[in-house]
Amino acid sequence: MMFFRSITIGQYIYRNSIIHRLDPRVKIFVVILIITSVFLINSWIGFFLIGLYLFTNIYLSKVHPKYVLKGIRPLIFIIAFTLLIHFFTTPGEVIYHIWILNITREGIQRGLFIAVRLFYLILSTSWLTLTTSPIALTDGIERILSFLKIIRIPAHEIAMMMTIALRFIPTLMEETEKIIKAQMARGADFESGNIVKRIQNFLPIIIPLFVSAFHRADELSIAMEARCYRGGEGRTHYRQLLITKVDYIFMIVTLLILILSYL
Amino acid sequence: MPFETEALKNINLEIDKGEFVGIIGHTGCGKTTLLQLLNGLLKPTKGQILIDNIDIHQDKRKLREVRKKIGLSFQYPEAQFFEETISKEIAFGPNNMGVTGKELDERIQKSLKMVDMDYHCYKDRSPFTLSGGEMRRLAIASILAIEPEVVVLDEPTASLDPQSCSKILSVIVNLHQKYSKTIIMVSHNMEIMAELAKRIIVMEKGKVIMDDTPRNIFQYSIEKLENIGLSLPPVTYTMYKLKKIGKPISSGILTVEEAKDEILKLARSIKRK
Repeated sequence: MMFFRSITIGQYIYRNSIIHRLDPRVKIFVVILIITSVFLINSWIGFFLIGLYLFTNIYLSKVHPKYVLKGIRPLIFIIAFTLLIHFFTTPGEVIYHIWILNITREGIQRGLFIAVRLFYLILSTSWLTLTTSPIALTDGIERILSFLKIIRIPAHEIAMMMTIALRFIPTLMEETEKIIKAQMARGADFESGNIVKRIQNFLPIIIPLFVSAFHRADELSIAMEARCYRGGEGRTHYRQLLITKVDYIFMIVTLLILILSYL
Repeated sequence: MPFETEALKNINLEIDKGEFVGIIGHTGCGKTTLLQLLNGLLKPTKGQILIDNIDIHQDKRKLREVRKKIGLSFQYPEAQFFEETISKEIAFGPNNMGVTGKELDERIQKSLKMVDMDYHCYKDRSPFTLSGGEMRRLAIASILAIEPEVVVLDEPTASLDPQSCSKILSVIVNLHQKYSKTIIMVSHNMEIMAELAKRIIVMEKGKVIMDDTPRNIFQYSIEKLENIGLSLPPVTYTMYKLKKIGKPISSGILTVEEAKDEILKLARSIKRK
């Protein structure tokens, strides 16, 4: 059960900081920019600059770096694995030889680059979700995607679906924990047995979870219809997104740093 | 971590075999946490839980034995259903405990009988087709099939219609009297508590603040109960108000029967004057 608590997807931590007050569209745009440039940059100075920039952002957001780094933990294995693959498979100047494997200078360089890239990827996206409330985030996505309405892609509906999904993550986790406990009270065992047995053991959790999720979906849709919800057409927002001077300055600074690190 | 709190503080309870204990308290006072500690679903950060003088967390493999002894039915227990038929649903518990074959079948029949449901009529139906009250009883039956000595019920009557509610209560009374199970029950319904429980534990903010018979609690601690925002059984409340405006009524009335006697006594004394 501790497993569920270690998931930090979409976890938002409220602080009264300059970063929290930024427009979500600006933050989303900045994160996309960082991610693209992280994959374009090929120099240690560039990586150093971006790292400095990211940690400054985290510092400014007043969220303890512990939370940001917690997002890395589940991916450490993947990072380590890609690192090793690159060490051994990149052709070039051999500097170390074990059995049939060769470690090359180019391999080390490339592996470390990839590791740093993945690290920054997680860092910037966690920074985004930790400092932007789910509602602001989906509002931002809706506005960014709104140009797609021209080609009849329902941006509002997509954003609404995301909001609902995010909203129900904690609810469903709580539900799962409750069901697990209820089945354990009936003597269910989720910790022993072979793989087939273990998968079978999950049925008493999955089925009640689906049943209750469908119930919830049904109730929610009725509640929405009872309040005359009918989609995006002509719908206004309670919270208007506004791009302020601070947003422009933040964007300019970001662009300057990204250009600088690319050079 | 900022999302953790201490749910219970300094709890010292002893529950004997054959007792009928009611636990009352506000939402979030730690009732459910206490119930989950009882059968080892939660592990106390400090302190011990002894069942028959054995610490239940002493041996991790023994936890299943504990759950065999203490059957816990959660709030809205019908949320745990997953099988196609009612008999399979009930079989889940005993099956996990290693019961098979003829004995399993007997247990299904027995536990359906204990909750007053007809075996032949219900056994092949889907649990999802039942009414709210029947679902609740089936959920209790699925716990009874483990044959626990102690039955722990978290709000067994929550959001049921009056008829199903009294049905469930008669099932619970039967479990206590006819099948001599120890009952530990949480409820917000003071009337039920006053009527059924032989001992009431009042909790507030993770602490046990009262532990006494219903009569003593509803007689001497009325102000204290009102202070923490808990209500009295309606009958007790009415009689308490009558007494407060100066009518000669004995305090701590728990049932309608007692109230009737008191009011008749009062009426007669007025007539005589």
